[in-house]
Amino acid sequence: METAADFVQHSGGVIGASWLTIALPLLGAAILLLGGRRTDRWGHLLGVAMSLASFVVAVLVFFELLGFGADQRRRVVELYDFLPSGSLHVEMGLLLDPLSISFVLLITGVGSLIHIYSIGYMAHDPGRRRFFAYLNLFVAAMLLLVLADNYLGLYIGWEGVGLASYLLIGFWQHKPSAAAAAKKAFIVNRVGDMGLALGIFVVFTTFGTIAFNQVLPAAHGASEGTLTLIGLALLLGACGKSAQLPLQSWLLDAMEGPTPVSALIHAATMVTAGVYLVVRSGPIFEAAPTAQLVVTIVGVATLLAGAIIGTAKDDIKKALAGSTMSQIGYMMLAAGLGPVGYAFAIAHLIAHGFFKASMFLGAGSVMHAMNDEVDMRKFGGLASVMKITWITFGLGYLAIIGFPLLSGYWTKDGIIETAMEHNPILGWLAVIGAGITGFYMSRLFFMTFHGRRRWDADAHPHESPAVMTWPLIILSIGSVFGGGFLIVGNRFMEFLAPAVGRPEEMPSFHPFSLTGLVTLALVAVGVAYAWMRYGRSEVPAVAPRGSFLTTFARRDLYGDALNEALFMRPGQWLTRLAVFFDNRGVDGLVNGLAALVGGTSGRLRRIQTGYVRSYALSIFFGAALLVGAWFVVGNL
Amino acid sequence: MTTHYLVLSALLFAIGAVGVLVRRNAIVVFMCVELMLNACNLAFVTFARQHGNLQGQIIAFFVMIVAAAEVVVGLAIIVTIFRTRRSASVDDANLLKY
Repeated sequence: METAADFVQHSGGVIGASWLTIALPLLGAAILLLGGRRTDRWGHLLGVAMSLASFVVAVLVFFELLGFGADQRRRVVELYDFLPSGSLHVEMGLLLDPLSISFVLLITGVGSLIHIYSIGYMAHDPGRRRFFAYLNLFVAAMLLLVLADNYLGLYIGWEGVGLASYLLIGFWQHKPSAAAAAKKAFIVNRVGDMGLALGIFVVFTTFGTIAFNQVLPAAHGASEGTLTLIGLALLLGACGKSAQLPLQSWLLDAMEGPTPVSALIHAATMVTAGVYLVVRSGPIFEAAPTAQLVVTIVGVATLLAGAIIGTAKDDIKKALAGSTMSQIGYMMLAAGLGPVGYAFAIAHLIAHGFFKASMFLGAGSVMHAMNDEVDMRKFGGLASVMKITWITFGLGYLAIIGFPLLSGYWTKDGIIETAMEHNPILGWLAVIGAGITGFYMSRLFFMTFHGRRRWDADAHPHESPAVMTWPLIILSIGSVFGGGFLIVGNRFMEFLAPAVGRPEEMPSFHPFSLTGLVTLALVAVGVAYAWMRYGRSEVPAVAPRGSFLTTFARRDLYGDALNEALFMRPGQWLTRLAVFFDNRGVDGLVNGLAALVGGTSGRLRRIQTGYVRSYALSIFFGAALLVGAWFVVGNL
Repeated sequence: MTTHYLVLSALLFAIGAVGVLVRRNAIVVFMCVELMLNACNLAFVTFARQHGNLQGQIIAFFVMIVAAAEVVVGLAIIVTIFRTRRSASVDDANLLKY
């Protein structure tokens, strides 16, 4: 395997100004949040403009980067001394390489489309300006995450993403469920953040620095045990942000946020951060096979878990959320497979960014038309009234199940083939996952757009306005051609090689490999079964009770129940104990002392009778006592 | 030989103290206080004689001066209380209490 290209210091040019990609959306967020109600009228336009401007800068940077030779494409732009403190010296800078620029283009590109879509979606929401401010903040944080040239900068972006997701999931904070979901996302992410922080600490103690351009080339020099520890800690962080087992539970609840937020979280930002972290830290994982193995296991477990959850959900957004979990699982699996996998992971991530954004925004369009109904049992037959949404959603759907020649076909098949070569068990599990994907996505698609109309009486579905449909159209074009463009001829693999290393041999694509055919057959079976159950036959308006397995999937594989039993209840007992101790112990002592003093003085003040003669008497007795005592002591 | 003076002084002091404790009329209480002061003066003078120096006598002068000042202030207070309450009983002036 050929290692990645060397890092080159860079200044000037568009790349030198690439900090603008972060600064512009951040400025937008600042103006909108500080400007308050004055910016209400044009706030959404500013948000869109900032996001688009950031995209333009990113495109210019991309082309300037292409101008360099392949081994010159890891440019480090120094910005300023961030932490000059003793042995910890952090210079803040940006790392522009094929990996980060791929993310930047995805984040700003898809992010901008989601911004534009939100103009229409949030048109009647009183908090629209605040919404766009948070969207800008989200984009800025995510860009900092992928552009920073050291782990600390990445961590700041990481936390910023966590904050922005908290604000956006809980955007309708008057709904208790939304507030709870936001808290849940934040807390679950915090567990992962702790892992990331620990990983960075160990990186610093091992390498004495946290800059990528010093840590990554030196990674193979450290002991395997240390690297495994770092890898597992980073993986925990990745699990939190990317909603992988065992930290997956927040993702489904995160659907409480407005739909464009779900699209942003699931397609362009947030959940992709974990994959980025693993791929960026590739040299560390490559030198720690155990950590790599755990990454692949987590990926496979999550891709199956997400797919199973997706099969049983009636809420269209939750079904899509399950599918996100599952697709990110594929990426994790690929990211644990070394340089061949990295390219497929990122390619799948980009393709997924397109088709998942397209489907989430499509789902938003459907909800917009159906009075914010999310229960798919109340949809059906929408294809005829929402032509554009139907077609764009359909293209996204075909892309995700891996319909031949569409995006998902190329990228997911690449992951499955690579996994199969690496470890047949992982490979076959991934194939099964693809089959289940075929089933649950078809179920979702047929229940929503086909079959009998099961609408509520007051539903009058209509196509969404152009400001919402155009992003859908652009995204669906991406979901049709994106994967093929990246994978055919190993284009993306060549492009990414300077950043993640070149595999010994480039994967060659066999259109009729056994794995590919089995995958397609399984997907076809899944689609056919879904058509029989949900397309052709009647869908009951109330979910049938179903078997134990259905309940299992409906309850998110009892993930919440497990968390509650293992962490929440003991935690509550602990807090109750602490509260009891505080109330009875600490407060008891303090209040008891106060009551003692108060009670005693209440009795003692009765001595103050106001009768001078009684005072005189007590003075007399006091004096007599003193004199008596003096005599006694004097005689001793 | 000075013992008698001291016994007399103790008796006068005891009479004064009992008067302060049992009498209600502020004027009488006041006079009893004066009695106690003068009992002290007698004791001081006796001791001065006994020890053959002048310190006790000087202190007796001081006590007289303080007693004179006290009489001025004390009588003024008593007169004021009598004016407002129409009574010179010390038990009637009992507002300052718990």
